[in-house]
Amino acid sequence: MENYVEKPRTFASLRAEIEAGTTTASSLAATYYDRIELINSRLNVFLSLSKDRALAQAERVDALAAKGDPLPPLAGIPVGIKDVLVMQGAPATAGSKILEGYKPLYDATVVSRLEAAGAVLLGKLNCDEFAMGSSNENSAYGPVRNPVDTERVPGGSSGGSAAAVAANMAVATLGSDTGGSIRQPASFCGVVGVLPTWSRVSRYGLIAFASSLDRIGPFAGNVRDAASMLGVIAGYDPKDATSSSAPVLDFAAESDKPVNGLRIGIPKEYFAEGLDPEVRTAIEAGIKSLEAAGCTIKPVSLPLTKYAIPTYYLVATAEASANLARFDGVRYGYRSPASDTLSAMYSHSRDEGFGAEVKRRILLGTYALSAGYYDAYYGKAQQVRRLLAEEFLRAFADVDAIVTPTAPTPAFKLGEKTGDPLAMYLADIYTVTASLAGICGVTVPCGLTCAGLPVGMQVLAAHLHEGTAFRVARAVEAAQE
Amino acid sequence: MTSKVTREQVARVAELAHLELTADETGAMLHDLNAILDYVAELNELDTTGVAPLAQVTELLELAGGGLRGDAVQASLDRSKVLAEAPETNGVFFKVPKVMDR
Repeated sequence: MENYVEKPRTFASLRAEIEAGTTTASSLAATYYDRIELINSRLNVFLSLSKDRALAQAERVDALAAKGDPLPPLAGIPVGIKDVLVMQGAPATAGSKILEGYKPLYDATVVSRLEAAGAVLLGKLNCDEFAMGSSNENSAYGPVRNPVDTERVPGGSSGGSAAAVAANMAVATLGSDTGGSIRQPASFCGVVGVLPTWSRVSRYGLIAFASSLDRIGPFAGNVRDAASMLGVIAGYDPKDATSSSAPVLDFAAESDKPVNGLRIGIPKEYFAEGLDPEVRTAIEAGIKSLEAAGCTIKPVSLPLTKYAIPTYYLVATAEASANLARFDGVRYGYRSPASDTLSAMYSHSRDEGFGAEVKRRILLGTYALSAGYYDAYYGKAQQVRRLLAEEFLRAFADVDAIVTPTAPTPAFKLGEKTGDPLAMYLADIYTVTASLAGICGVTVPCGLTCAGLPVGMQVLAAHLHEGTAFRVARAVEAAQE
Repeated sequence: MTSKVTREQVARVAELAHLELTADETGAMLHDLNAILDYVAELNELDTTGVAPLAQVTELLELAGGGLRGDAVQASLDRSKVLAEAPETNGVFFKVPKVMDR
């Protein structure tokens, strides 16, 4: 076992140094590329680097700083991008062989917004193929290793995004979360991860997995920086008709607000059988610290929680089977070389291009949508989805936030669950509920196990109430400082 | 939600999804799909009579989205750049193998 944990500097301290001229965005970028060069072979975090683009952006920031001009909010901050988001001209694999060689022709909206805010985009981060997985072991380009313990998984699917921040290979990163893919790896790697409300962040330029669930969100080394980054990427985008026009608050300022008087709900269903005792102890200590900070702790009940995983796997796979139909060897990406007919070319390209988990989910989704089974599976799941969402809405009538463990266990060992898809799915048992309901949340580090593995606390808030989730997460973080 | 998936059904679903599975893969998928479908059958415990399906969550949000953008002509991607990404083209169209084998 090896450990590569190193805490990234805060946005504020880096900004102060760039403004004072004691460092430059260019030298900062060079320092990060050196560290990536040094340890990427051990952790497999970055799949590709965008050095020319990053260094040109750093020079623009340095030119502004040299003139004494006001700097944009993320000026010079080195950021990594999950490889399900497109950057013009940079490889975008989604962790899959089927997109090998593909070079997108445009930037995702989140990419444009980060660059407009001065961020320096270092490169693309490893992930489970098409964001399908909970351990990052489904990447066609090999697993990411957890910087806390290289024998363990970083979580998934945004394993590279979480590990990059934990190992200080980037100051902050973007990931995507469909059923827990930001929150669970952030928890496993000991960093902050954000699930924005569905619709809060434009999905233009995100390679789609399950569109009614997919969200893009930040990872950072502390709550305030994660909040700042969400402020930059959030807000209406004409290129995504589902993006929300709700006003975007100064989330960093929101995270600084005191929590006294907030009502915190604790759902007993998230502390039942299957929860690792050390995780329970750490989360209970975190809840005590919220009580000490003046929060009112209230029990809430979410009895439908146990139906969330089956609901999620039917909804997500059905949508995935439709979204992944576009990968057919015609317009971009991989085409199987020798096929006599169009139909054979489709089948061969998809068979050779997709990995086992992606095929499993396409098959399950196709089955759940097929004639004779649609009502029993997909239709039923959509009905239960409404009941699950309504259960959260009722709970949020009585509490401002709901606090749970992010995952039932700390990071598990590589290979431990790869033979059993169902066991792997259960790693998302505490995260899929918020995914289905569309509500927001933040996972914040909340102590360590005896073996030194990070435990994450999930703070959930109602639709468009990210500010509340950041406040509570910041209070938990502050109690540990 | 009671019938178990058969090997023939897996083959049929794979055909619908344009996935060509080997015999080994079909066997593994048969096992996994049955295990997963057994598990999701838990949903039958819930009475959902009269519950409207929830396909996506915008209706639950207090504030509506920005709505659809105006239906105005905008620049699209350059054809030559798009075709350059394709496995095979004739410079104007994507090329694919013949549709029917005669």
